[in-house]
Amino acid sequence: MPRLSVWFVRLSFVHLFLGLTYGGLILANKGIPFAPWTWNLLPAHIESLLLGWMAQLGMGVAFWIFPRFGTGAPRGNVRLVWLALILLNAGIVMVGVQPFIGGNWLSLTGRVLETCSILLFAAVSWKRVKPLQFSNREASS
Amino acid sequence: MPLLTRIFIKTALVYFALALAFGILLTLRAPISLFPVYIHLFVFGWLTQLIFGVVYWMFPKYSTQLPRGHDPLVWIAYGAMNLGLILRAIAEPMQAFQANNVFGALLAISAVLQWLAGIAFIANTWGRVKEK
Repeated sequence: MPRLSVWFVRLSFVHLFLGLTYGGLILANKGIPFAPWTWNLLPAHIESLLLGWMAQLGMGVAFWIFPRFGTGAPRGNVRLVWLALILLNAGIVMVGVQPFIGGNWLSLTGRVLETCSILLFAAVSWKRVKPLQFSNREASS
Repeated sequence: MPLLTRIFIKTALVYFALALAFGILLTLRAPISLFPVYIHLFVFGWLTQLIFGVVYWMFPKYSTQLPRGHDPLVWIAYGAMNLGLILRAIAEPMQAFQANNVFGALLAISAVLQWLAGIAFIANTWGRVKEK
């Protein structure tokens, strides 16, 4: 597994932990009310689990296992994918903290960063989505 | 495909069908709010459980002796996840319909179990995420 995939996958586990912790607090508060502020964790819960956990895990695994290029950088422009990783996580944090800080601009900026992240990732990965290329010997056997 | 993966995936498929059945009830405007249960059966019971099963199967080996890590941790993740989800599916709509201490306590227990499932899965899988 390449280093960048290790970062994607481990950060996805961090978000799984955070998302489940936020969700657990919200659900427990539904059962035994102890802290009404837990409802402020709802955007962070959703963002951490849908984007931080599932999407980020998918991106890490895709970067690892998609077909590689035969010439040049085998997984495309890795710097752009690092940037995608940073933008995605910065966006998730911004959307998650918005209810505690206030200001729609924070949520909006976070969502823009998330969108830029996915566009960058898609741009780098696009050409890696291709049929397997066999050598002549494999093709004829 | 290892036993735990088969169990995770088959259970995930059951939740997929259950979630869609709850979706039918939502469309029929059931008298109690089923949306939180619907979304969690879908995202946690189906998608996350499917991911757990496939990750346990496909990720790099932990070691020669323990290729998929510590199986008891994964069994704990499976048990806690599903017990937590079942408790939630029962207690959450009931608590919304007629709140009482029993359903409240069941919801709190369900929250702890679902959290524990994630912790157990992460604890087992973290060491399998490594550079080649």
